[in-house]
Amino acid sequence: MIAITNLKKSFGRNEVLKGLDLEIKPKGIIAILGPNGSGKTTLIKSILGMVIPDEGSISISGKDIKNKWAYRKEIEYLPQIANFPGNLKVRELIHMIKDLHQRPTNDEQLIDLFGLKPFLEKKFSTLSGGTKQKVNILLTFMFDKPLIILDEPTTGLDPRALIHLKELIQYEKANGKTILVTSHIMHFVEEIADEIIYLLDGRIYFKGSVKDLMEKTKQKNVEHAIAAIANNTDHA
Amino acid sequence: MLKILKYSFYDLMRSRWSYVYFLFYLALGFVLLFLNSDLSKAVITLMNIIIVLVPLIGTIFGVMYFYNSKEFTELLLAQPIKRSSIFMGQYLGVGFSLTLSLLLGLGIPFVIYGLFRSNAVFDFTLLLVNGAFLTMIFTALSFNIALSNENRIKGFGYAILVWLCLAVIYDGLFLMSLIVFEEYPLDTFSLIATLLNPIDLSRTLILLKLDISALLGYTGAVFKNFFGTDQGLMISLFALMLWTLLPIWRLVFKAKRKDF
Repeated sequence: MIAITNLKKSFGRNEVLKGLDLEIKPKGIIAILGPNGSGKTTLIKSILGMVIPDEGSISISGKDIKNKWAYRKEIEYLPQIANFPGNLKVRELIHMIKDLHQRPTNDEQLIDLFGLKPFLEKKFSTLSGGTKQKVNILLTFMFDKPLIILDEPTTGLDPRALIHLKELIQYEKANGKTILVTSHIMHFVEEIADEIIYLLDGRIYFKGSVKDLMEKTKQKNVEHAIAAIANNTDHA
Repeated sequence: MLKILKYSFYDLMRSRWSYVYFLFYLALGFVLLFLNSDLSKAVITLMNIIIVLVPLIGTIFGVMYFYNSKEFTELLLAQPIKRSSIFMGQYLGVGFSLTLSLLLGLGIPFVIYGLFRSNAVFDFTLLLVNGAFLTMIFTALSFNIALSNENRIKGFGYAILVWLCLAVIYDGLFLMSLIVFEEYPLDTFSLIATLLNPIDLSRTLILLKLDISALLGYTGAVFKNFFGTDQGLMISLFALMLWTLLPIWRLVFKAKRKDF
């Protein structure tokens, strides 16, 4: 699905990605973890073409993505901060994103699922943080695309919405989608992830299943396992 | 690109500031005509205001819009849209909505006061065309500045500085150099200096059209001598177009290489 070779990127003197190699196979939920500043978002944005790498190549479904844009038709992306033009109503916003994609959607179903009906005629800027995030999720999931990238999807969600989100992710997985997700909520990761990629200092420190991670670190849950990795590298 | 343009335009048309801007021009137009019912004279007064104010509004609006829509831009960047389309769409959205406020705000009072029955129609049209150019130029400049500066305060500062330089300081320096070097032939120098500043250029353009030699000043006189009225008009219009296209070109060029 995604093949990344020797990806390098620095912002000024700050070297964020230092020759990262990664292959992601189709189908399943892959969690990208790592401490703050380890390059998670830069990696995701490189895949999306928002950050232009200094070196290395990224190809999706066998095609190099450099300076291309049409490949994004196959990607759904949930950004970390939901901030859309505040003067538009939620309904118009949904309409706009649909208009940009020209694809069939299941937005009605998702509006019901997240109980967004009362907010459709409200301006986006007047919504609460959690509701904004729900709209954000709706805009991401309403299409049917093979690759889904979620950057901190749980931010601001209430427990009910969180359950719906997990169901949604599982549903997409059952449909054979590839889902990349970053999160700092380890319970969430433990519950949904098939595979974990741990980034550290711009390289991949660990890649494997949740079970592999537990065995490697001899811990009982992901939270402690990740903490153990972080501790180990501190001492090293 | 047209879709982005449509939505940016739509978004701006609903913002309070577009209306404030529109109402300001509406009030300005009515007050000017109320105080001075001679349309041609009102055009001249208006020119002096437009030439300073339009660039300022274009600059401030451009920078503000660019920074405020940063997250929206990021959302668009993740959609299957070409980068240049996103930025061009947003730029044209801001430019067109500002131009529309200007055209309607000034157009309505002048039409009500009998613009079409007077001989000032062409002068007035030229004034509006100039206002439109200045809006597009300064919006493009401010987009460029905002794109190159992540820091909002800095970006805002630079944008205002550019406006201040072109609207005020440039003229001062220009005049001073004319005085200091008055013993030398300054025709070519002043011609070039005028072409290098879109605000001076617009002023010369309008005054050439109005044909008021008393107001033309040194540059205008040189312009008129050198090119004659018609050719002068053409050349200054061409230079204004260049002033619009160059920042747009840089905007697209830079946007393609930027990380978000």
